[in-house]
Amino acid sequence: METILAVVIGALYATGIYMMLRRSLVKLIIGLGLLSNGANLLIFTVGRLTRARAPFIPEGAETLTPPYADPLPQALILTAIVISFGVLGFAVVLFHRAYQTVGTDDLDEMKATDT
Amino acid sequence: MLLVLPILIPLVTAVAALLAWRWRRVQRWMSVLGATALLFVALRLLTSVWRDGIQAVQMGSWPAPFGITVVADLFSAIMVALAGVMGFAVAIYSLSSMDAERESFGYYPLLHILLMGVCGAFLTGDMFNLYVWFEVMLMASFVLLVLGGERAQMEGAIKYVTLNLMSSALFLAAVGILYGMAGTLNMADLAEKLKNVHHPGLVTTLSMLFLIAFGIKAAVFPLFFWLPASYHTPPVAVSAIFAGLLTKVGVYALIRVFTLLFVHDVGYTHRLILVVAGLTMITGVLGAVAQNEFRRILSFHIVSQIGYMIMGLGLFTPLALAGSIFYIIHHIIVKTNLFLVSGVVHRLCGTYELKKLGGLYQVYPGLAILFMIPALSLAGLPPLSGFWAKLTLVQAGLEIQQYEIVAVALAVGMLTLFSMIKIWTEAFWKPSTLNPQSSDNRRRVLSLLFPIVLLALLTVAIGLVAQPFFALAERAADQLINPEAYIRAVLAGTS
Repeated sequence: METILAVVIGALYATGIYMMLRRSLVKLIIGLGLLSNGANLLIFTVGRLTRARAPFIPEGAETLTPPYADPLPQALILTAIVISFGVLGFAVVLFHRAYQTVGTDDLDEMKATDT
Repeated sequence: MLLVLPILIPLVTAVAALLAWRWRRVQRWMSVLGATALLFVALRLLTSVWRDGIQAVQMGSWPAPFGITVVADLFSAIMVALAGVMGFAVAIYSLSSMDAERESFGYYPLLHILLMGVCGAFLTGDMFNLYVWFEVMLMASFVLLVLGGERAQMEGAIKYVTLNLMSSALFLAAVGILYGMAGTLNMADLAEKLKNVHHPGLVTTLSMLFLIAFGIKAAVFPLFFWLPASYHTPPVAVSAIFAGLLTKVGVYALIRVFTLLFVHDVGYTHRLILVVAGLTMITGVLGAVAQNEFRRILSFHIVSQIGYMIMGLGLFTPLALAGSIFYIIHHIIVKTNLFLVSGVVHRLCGTYELKKLGGLYQVYPGLAILFMIPALSLAGLPPLSGFWAKLTLVQAGLEIQQYEIVAVALAVGMLTLFSMIKIWTEAFWKPSTLNPQSSDNRRRVLSLLFPIVLLALLTVAIGLVAQPFFALAERAADQLINPEAYIRAVLAGTS
């Protein structure tokens, strides 16, 4: 399972970066989305995958008996998903406004503020 | 309780200002009130940490490695105090410099959310929490940057947003791997656990991920291109607070992780940081030399000055770190002040282009002097604050025979002086080509000048009475280089 996820993460990063290297605003934002999803999956995988071992303390016991599925990476991902959702939502609106103001979605045309 | 207030006060201010959405006047005074309260609390925190040592609070009363820790050592407290000073200066400056349209679209709530994110990042003791505060700060800065919706702002914002999101994704991935490796995200706990990780190579790789993620935020070479492309586009009050605080959060995070967590292979990681520091100084200052617009020159100088701050980290001796911290104190005050002066110049002449400016010394000699103080301080001329900051770093470099970086630092100081003199001759000295309008009423200009005078006095004070500030920096550096006290303060009562 780890191998499959590792490949998936790699593919997400690769496509994300490829998309970001294109000149179109739309592809840029798709790239950003893929990148943040790749990072989320990475946290999930690196936090160890444990199958069918819920982190419940059995009755009468004081602590968990390993192996159990670590809930913390999932809590991290949940937070990260919410944040990246908000940020991406903002980015979509920003890029749309930029498209309206500048009149093009070609990043090469947006060099007025560069040096 | 004192520890949480620097986060709570801006939050309450922002929420209160949001509730007063329709009443711009109310929002303005709330903003000033909130910023004053933040300044007061931040100074209280600084004195209390100075007196009683490192303080830590566990949120939700979960014991240390499990709950979220808020911790203030001297370095954090200094940064929070600086954020308080900047927040106060910019809140006052905004009163008469911000236009009605931006004010009615939530400028003041955003300013305080930005301050909350910055203070949160300085005070947290948890890696993932640091990520969250970064995002809070970034989100507010995104909106502040595009508020107004001018074409240049949009173009600058695309680069700013893209590169910062990229850096956030890298940071998040690094945090994930860190957790997978050490099983904790509490910084103090991490410092202990990382010593026992069996793959030093893996730790080094991870530290490089953090270096890149924070390097983008701190705008070091070669990751700084978003900064000069975006910092000169928003209104000057926004530029000033960005210039003063945002990149410094990146520098803070770099110093924090590379003194607390990644000190296992100093010969490699800190050597690399030193090289990056040198290149950052050179490219930044050369970029500034090529510019002819007031705020673009200043933006490039932010980059070159970041190099000095990182240089102290790269040298990694107590004196060098003290130099870095002193440099950050000096830089935040001076750089914000220069941006504020550029705003007054723009108000008086209607342009930032040096070619079109001129003759300001003749009409406003007072303003010229107010520009000269931070400008010469930035270049490092005695007896101003920049001189002592540079002197400390150079001394630290000589002490451990790193002559190359010292040479670079001195040469870059020279070129900085050249840039500042260029602004001086073009904007203030050369014969006037356009008539400055003096139609503005006095009170408005006064509230613009008040923060500038305040920050200029602070610069002079740090220059003339450098000893207490240096003692502060030295003790903060001592806490950084010997992190045992920090670790004990956080983990006290758990192990």
